[in-house]
Amino acid sequence: MTGESDNIVAGVAARIFADFADPQTINRARDGAWKEPFWRAVSDAGLPLAWVPEQLGGSGASLAEGFAVLGTAGRFAVAIPLAETLIAGWLLAHAGLKSPSGAMTVAPARPLDRITFGKDGTLSGRVLGVPFASDTQHIAVAAESPTGAVVALVATNDCGIDEGQTPAGDASNVVTFDRVQPLHHSAAPAGFDRTTLMLMGSVARSVQTAGALETILSLSATYANDRIAFERPIGKFQAVQQNLARLAGEVAAALAVSGSAADTLAQDNVFDDAAFFEAASAKIRCAEAATEGASIAHQVFGAIGFTKEHVLHRFTLRMLSWRDDFGNESYWAAELGKHVARGGADEFWPLVASR
Amino acid sequence: MSTNLQFDQIRLPPECEALRQDVRAFLAEEIAKGTFDPHRPGHGDSHDRAFSKRIGAKGWIGMTWPKKYGGHERSFLERYVVTEEFRVANAPVRLHFVADRQSGPILLKYAPEHIKAGILPRICRGELCFVIGMSESGSGSDLFAAKTKATKVEKGWRIAGSKTWTSNAHVADYMLGLFRTSASTKEDRRHGLTQFLVDMKTPGITVNPIYQMTGQHDFNEVVFDDVFIPDDHVMGEIDGAWKQATSELAYERSGPERFLETFYVMLELIRALGSEPDIRSAEGLGRLVAQLHTLRRMSVSVAGMLQAGKEPVVEASIVKDLGTIWEQKLPHRVRELTAFLAPEIGNRTTLDEQLAFATTIAPKLTIQGGTTEILRGIIARGLGLR
Repeated sequence: MTGESDNIVAGVAARIFADFADPQTINRARDGAWKEPFWRAVSDAGLPLAWVPEQLGGSGASLAEGFAVLGTAGRFAVAIPLAETLIAGWLLAHAGLKSPSGAMTVAPARPLDRITFGKDGTLSGRVLGVPFASDTQHIAVAAESPTGAVVALVATNDCGIDEGQTPAGDASNVVTFDRVQPLHHSAAPAGFDRTTLMLMGSVARSVQTAGALETILSLSATYANDRIAFERPIGKFQAVQQNLARLAGEVAAALAVSGSAADTLAQDNVFDDAAFFEAASAKIRCAEAATEGASIAHQVFGAIGFTKEHVLHRFTLRMLSWRDDFGNESYWAAELGKHVARGGADEFWPLVASR
Repeated sequence: MSTNLQFDQIRLPPECEALRQDVRAFLAEEIAKGTFDPHRPGHGDSHDRAFSKRIGAKGWIGMTWPKKYGGHERSFLERYVVTEEFRVANAPVRLHFVADRQSGPILLKYAPEHIKAGILPRICRGELCFVIGMSESGSGSDLFAAKTKATKVEKGWRIAGSKTWTSNAHVADYMLGLFRTSASTKEDRRHGLTQFLVDMKTPGITVNPIYQMTGQHDFNEVVFDDVFIPDDHVMGEIDGAWKQATSELAYERSGPERFLETFYVMLELIRALGSEPDIRSAEGLGRLVAQLHTLRRMSVSVAGMLQAGKEPVVEASIVKDLGTIWEQKLPHRVRELTAFLAPEIGNRTTLDEQLAFATTIAPKLTIQGGTTEILRGIIARGLGLR
């Protein structure tokens, strides 16, 4: 993800995020009034439908450019359904469906949840943890039918939506499909199903997590140099230095593995065993980095970092919540472990070295 | 100094794949001949002069060095592939590995022409073993506390004192050693150390073995009794050796040998679990796979950045910090994950032997080549702290 055009698109995104969604400003906001102008700005720049070809209503950016936007969104702890709309547009486009304007999300968002497409052409199922569902107008669905996977677009209002939210305060809803009539639907292309959506969502969340960790490291190092205790900056204490070095290790791991997975999808654009290996590894290792990284950063900041007024929680709680979307690290680790076990010991090193 | 970490996305170029197949074929042949047993990781620590010469004949030592010194002018990524394949096979490369990884590059940079022409081609042919002479009884992580002195005499220097924890010294042909040529100054305690090339056959050198807790003989004490070193064996700036260390260490810190040292127990774990592991074992294995894949992607990325002429010093230190901690914990994790397996699993003997060996060597992994604490200090400084 180091191409020039990726950087240009990510640069546009960064300017909009800084102008409309500065984390410190949002943290002080009394209500959600910042959301509407922010969404308008990202929409005007064509970011939410970046992964939708122009003939289907999007801006036709590359996968690499979209991932670069998501990394930047992670660095700003962006809290609108931007990643979700990107993935929804990508899902619909795979089935040749046009994307509507406005915010979207995708369902299911957890690998053990199912939505079925019935003979009567309606959708049924109850799925957990659908990110930002209550903030969207539409949901892109990867459903199952006896004849194969179906991609469908539904109006959010036609579904049952509960009032759940993540620890970070973002909507995350149980969505109930009770024979919901989709607005549009189409058979998914061969080899494209619910698992494909989980893998794509996992790479997106990994890239966002790495971005959030980058900001967390920068905030923590700055604070350690500024904060005086025992008559010197706490960053002078070896115990604090060692913790920050460990944090840097987690950030580095997340950056490297999420970058590798995003690069694999962007280069190959197929969801084969290699994509599974990369995406699952990224989600596992980035979730581990989020767990470790959040606790180290909070330790550096002490009490001030545990307050509502401090910006740190916007990053830490968000990346901790992302662990649960599109398959948590335990789920993917079991899948990856089974995959490696099926291949056997003699195939393992060639598999690792093939990447 | 910045908190911006960079890991370029490096894919190994096609020539690496062909090379990898060559290396695997060579290793398979050597295993068939009985040169070494890939299931006996302890063998990887032994010195095999004949084997090193065959590797040199293949062109796999000094791969990145200029052809005029016997090198092959290939890329760091090609060298990377060779290094990881030998490591994973537990092949005995100890004889030439230090010379190939770090001593040769130092000679290339600092040695006078006639020494380069005399020694480098012999390293490339797999004929020479190098030892690093840094630690002393009063100077380990605190390198700048080194006391062993080099005193200026006519046409050279005389060394008196000793170096310790010197791996390979009992078989080595040459040492690259750090000796005190001046006192440190108040302003700069790093001042006063100089790097020398020492022919281990020079009169006055005694090598005394120090046995490790594994029972292996690797460490030594090297005693210098007024040993004469000619002027042209000074490597780099007199009193300024500390300036020569930083970017070179990136090569030493980030290679595949920094996370693959106990890899064999992971292969035995996969063998032990079989094709249909229970959910606990599958999850445990999957996490290890993801962590290993991450480390390798980081390490390959650093190799690629070095090839591109960048200096990813902090990133390289992070690879070693994360990598050595991972390979150190690996045998303990494998032990936990195999705790509920039936006693009669097919590879029980090999698994138990390898776990015992890996468990015994594990403590050294976060000490050798720069301790975890020193590495983290370097990382912290790179982040702008201190």
